[in-house]
Amino acid sequence: MSLSPSPLSSPPGPQVRAVRDEFHGDLLEVSMGPHHPSTHGVFRMMATLDGETVVKLKPVFGYLHRNHEKIGENTSYLGSMPYTDRLDYLCSMTNNWAYALAVESLSGQAVPERAQYLRVILAELTRLLNHTCLAGFLLQDCGASGTPLMYAFREREKILDLFESLSGSRMMCNYQRFGGCRTDAPPGWLEAAAALVDGYGAFLDEYEALLTGNEILMARTQGVGRLPAALAVSAGVTGPMLRAAGVDYDLRKVDGYGFYPRFEFRVPLGAHGDTYDRYMVRVLEMRESIGILRQALRDIPAGPIMDPKARLRGFRAKPGEAYGRIEGPKGEIGFFLISEGGPNPYRYRVRPPSFINLTILEDLCLGHSIADTVVILGSIDIVLGEVDR
Amino acid sequence: METTDQIRERLLAAFPGAAVEVVVNPGPAAQHSLLLGPDRAREIAEFLRDDPALRLDFCSNVTGVDWPARDARPGCLEVVYHLYSMARKHGPVILRQRTADRTDQVTVPSLTPVWRSCEFQEREVFDLFGVMFPGHPDLRRILMWDGFKDHPLRKDYVEPDDYEWEPTAHGEVLAKAKRHQAAAGEGAGP
Repeated sequence: MSLSPSPLSSPPGPQVRAVRDEFHGDLLEVSMGPHHPSTHGVFRMMATLDGETVVKLKPVFGYLHRNHEKIGENTSYLGSMPYTDRLDYLCSMTNNWAYALAVESLSGQAVPERAQYLRVILAELTRLLNHTCLAGFLLQDCGASGTPLMYAFREREKILDLFESLSGSRMMCNYQRFGGCRTDAPPGWLEAAAALVDGYGAFLDEYEALLTGNEILMARTQGVGRLPAALAVSAGVTGPMLRAAGVDYDLRKVDGYGFYPRFEFRVPLGAHGDTYDRYMVRVLEMRESIGILRQALRDIPAGPIMDPKARLRGFRAKPGEAYGRIEGPKGEIGFFLISEGGPNPYRYRVRPPSFINLTILEDLCLGHSIADTVVILGSIDIVLGEVDR
Repeated sequence: METTDQIRERLLAAFPGAAVEVVVNPGPAAQHSLLLGPDRAREIAEFLRDDPALRLDFCSNVTGVDWPARDARPGCLEVVYHLYSMARKHGPVILRQRTADRTDQVTVPSLTPVWRSCEFQEREVFDLFGVMFPGHPDLRRILMWDGFKDHPLRKDYVEPDDYEWEPTAHGEVLAKAKRHQAAAGEGAGP
């Protein structure tokens, strides 16, 4: 179809080209955030654009910084436990566990069998909750406003109900203790958890029918933000992001902390390391979590939930240091503690997975359009409570 | 995996004259560490990463520790690195580097060229402890804002006087209020 040039358009010739040349090559600096709906909190990306293509991108954060570690050094060991809830506020149960594990390895405490089972059950429920929400957020970032996120939140609320009836709080659970757990499961709780787990596979089928084969999701995520395995290892990327790049490293298998060696599960790996693989690995991990939950809920023994020798108030650890880490839903969450024998830790350090996973944000975004950075950031799965501490 | 002492022996064989000491952890975790001198720290780090038996390709955690001078011990800032191997699935091997003092000579060589995961974490150690890392590609503050002057995770850091009137005053708040009002030359608070 050929149209005759409209009399109103610019005449062809050197003038028009001159105008284009003036723009060509100029870079535009865009500050995405800190108050941008796609940044999942107060997070800023200083992006330099050539047209729509990202040529440089520096993450800027620290807006929620409250020096969590200093507060931890000025508080007793027990006093930091509820504060770990506020790191990654979606996954308070796994934060609790990582901290409890670090204190236990600092003091050499044992944990009763029932408490170990409860920890596994709660950690896997947290993984379901986190990955479900992540899939919802990712779709929200692609522009599917509302529906997928609301589906995710509906399921999340069922899990939060379980947490509430166990610990008294939906999100700030403050449930684990060094040497065990705070309260035993109330009557009927395990049955309710089993019912939820039984229904979760059907929900995932429904969710996957909506998403996994979705043309728009595939177009927006396949080949976007490819992470090479060598870079992922060197940059200390952990969790589903690392496994989506094809590196078989899951602390539940490698360290075998808690009672994970007793359960049978597989570690899903990605082949391309792109955003779609990061989504898919999380979906597959949820399916494995359901399997672990079934085994744990079947096998959980009766018994005490606290080590009878454990002392919470006035707890002191012998001089020494310990680094304890677990496989959180976002990656390796670890706590490094140094004790000088006092009531407070001398040094209290959090190893936040999403902070370190952000190291490679620029590498993933280079060469992609500015719209893709939103999807890439969504697939890294950050929580600013943990990044900023 | 080799013990810390065996790793030290091998390092001394590979780098004659290098300063490598074992720091014993007396606690039940028994995670001992290797204290590296500044001269050959980066070469040693590269050796640990590439050595076929160790393959410590994953630097998980980097953090600082402040040790103010106490009794006979001179003060220093310490940087701790927790290394694991994703290829061999073992670890941790813990490295430590110490600065000469806490005021003027606060440099330790950056290990970011060896493990990329140190990039943000060394920036954080610089920000919160004030350790300088020569060789770091982009050493800026990361959590505090650029104009901030101090290093808040040091043990002698003094919090700013940020008193605000609280409706439920207790002893500590009243003491803080008195200090604030004396400094600001104010009379009684609200």
